[in-house]
Amino acid sequence: MTKNRKKYNFPDAKGYFGRFGGRFVPETLIPALDELENGYRQIRRDQAFRKEYRRLMHDFAGRPTPLYFAARMTRDLGRAQVHIKREDLAHTGAHKINNALGQALLARRLGKTRIIAETGAGQHGVAAATAAAFLGLACEVYMGEEDIRRQHLNVVRMEQLGARVIPVSSGSKTLKDAVNEAIRDWVSNVDHTHYLLGSVVGPHPYPMIVRDFQSVIGEEIKKEFGRRGNRFPDYLIACVGGGSNAAGMFYPFIDCPRVRKIGVEAGGTGGKSGASLGRGRPGVLHGAFTYLLQDKDGQIAEAHSISAGLDYPGVGPELSHWKEAGLVEYQQVSDREAIRGFKYLSQTEGIIPALESSHAAAFLLKFIKKTRKNEIVVLNLSGRGDKDLEIVERE
Amino acid sequence: MNRIDQSFSRLKAQQKKALITYITAGDPDLETTVRITLELEQRGADIIELGIPFSDPLADGATIQAASTRALNRGTTLKAILSAVGKIRRRSQIPLVLMGYLNPILALGSERFFTRAAAAGVDGVIIPDLPAGEMARISRESRRRGIAPIFLVAPNTPEERIKIICRESRGYIYCVSVKGVTGARTKLPRTIGSMVMRVKSFSALPVVVGFGISTPDQARWVCSPAGGKADGVVVGSALVKIIEKSRDRKRMLSALADFTRGLRKSLE
Repeated sequence: MTKNRKKYNFPDAKGYFGRFGGRFVPETLIPALDELENGYRQIRRDQAFRKEYRRLMHDFAGRPTPLYFAARMTRDLGRAQVHIKREDLAHTGAHKINNALGQALLARRLGKTRIIAETGAGQHGVAAATAAAFLGLACEVYMGEEDIRRQHLNVVRMEQLGARVIPVSSGSKTLKDAVNEAIRDWVSNVDHTHYLLGSVVGPHPYPMIVRDFQSVIGEEIKKEFGRRGNRFPDYLIACVGGGSNAAGMFYPFIDCPRVRKIGVEAGGTGGKSGASLGRGRPGVLHGAFTYLLQDKDGQIAEAHSISAGLDYPGVGPELSHWKEAGLVEYQQVSDREAIRGFKYLSQTEGIIPALESSHAAAFLLKFIKKTRKNEIVVLNLSGRGDKDLEIVERE
Repeated sequence: MNRIDQSFSRLKAQQKKALITYITAGDPDLETTVRITLELEQRGADIIELGIPFSDPLADGATIQAASTRALNRGTTLKAILSAVGKIRRRSQIPLVLMGYLNPILALGSERFFTRAAAAGVDGVIIPDLPAGEMARISRESRRRGIAPIFLVAPNTPEERIKIICRESRGYIYCVSVKGVTGARTKLPRTIGSMVMRVKSFSALPVVVGFGISTPDQARWVCSPAGGKADGVVVGSALVKIIEKSRDRKRMLSALADFTRGLRKSLE
């Protein structure tokens, strides 16, 4: 990096990443967001908190997760070396635990006794329920009826962890509607409740907090390559719904232009998708100015993806900024290609990936032809696929 | 002078309180919205708030969410609402306030929205997901076109934010009675009075209370000394419920008329 290039430093004081982000919420939530931001800035500097978080990440969540060299895949594809960041091996089976534990600790520090969360695939709901059980907080999770149906296993897991799953029947009955209901709940119970938002979306400071807690993914990748011989990977690949696993992987490398970062959105099927960055326009939803799938009148469009976790018409504001600043490129993979990625990874490496992560895997299968043998690509395997077996079996 | 300001100074001279009624535009259709607006005016409403339907109304309770969905299913758009406003304006000088979420306004283009709204005869705008100070150009554009940007104050809003809100606001200041979403409530918090007084200490604008008010008794209480002597009340979900439940237009209009007359009486 040249000396005169300015170091990446977002969000700014008003919570913006370039022109994206902000706080577009009812007035009642402004004091709560201020409280959250102040609390977060304190704990971020607090050695005792950081130590406790690190210890929990290690002892409870099972970090660091392996950076695994996929030898069979590399040989089979015959191009760049493929490494897989095994977030599926973190406790509860996905990267979501990194953020859920961090925010739950923060909620306890702020004196909140109840946690609410939204969930699509159920992975964040499970992580939130786990963190709440571990810290003795009450937990209620909003989940669209459509997602309750297609991710039944995770509903049972949340209930066994002591959380209450509240079905959401409005709109498309998926993640977007679950976020609406969670925000309505938070407005009504803001004094004692913390909204444990699961992705890098929503009003400031959420996109920053979630990104920071998820950055452990990219930091570990950096450290591991440093340990092995000081050469950074050439490509980082992650799937993008709201964008939390991609943000966590890319952010520590954002000042390294030589590391090419590729986010993979859900291309869906039949013209319907979850690809807000690829097919949307900027607008305001769920508290942030960001890329959205919407019609010409500004009504939010219904997203579609075979993967419940990518079935969302918005995306984190920072990922929108990365698109416009040219820091990250975004691609799409269809439902059918994602299934192919799922099967390939299962049969070639013995790893059953979540359908979300299967999008990143499927893109890698297409993209690898453009790479060279001496290059290195890291795939973020954000979650395990047990929850998706019924869907894949039907396909 | 804006129609909202005129209305409040007339009410003040008559020692009356303002009755502000909210309905969702396009529920059940825009033609009926025009008809309802004129009826409400005749029965004693002083200001009409017309809701712009949105797919994701996160500050609204179940009643207005459902109205929003009905209006969208009828194909109601912001442009069509503006032309309905033009129709009302040809027959009435009642102050009209549009209330809606930011995204449909951004989709039309905020500059274009305020230009067209001013031409149609809109007097004020309430954007519940645009807190004062955020994307400040929006309220600047609004004021420049002579449309009052009306901001909400919540029960937990600290003083330094109340000051910002008062500085950005025109027309009136809207106190939200409870921490929560829109919708009728059986009990209102006692703390409304102190909130209204606090806001009045920072601004000369009229202060009204809304969210949760559905009966004449509640309306009277909010405008009494115990309720902080608010300058008016906003009633929304209770009217929307009547529209939802009515089987035909005639019965709907007469039920709305009865209900509005009752509220009006409580504010004399």
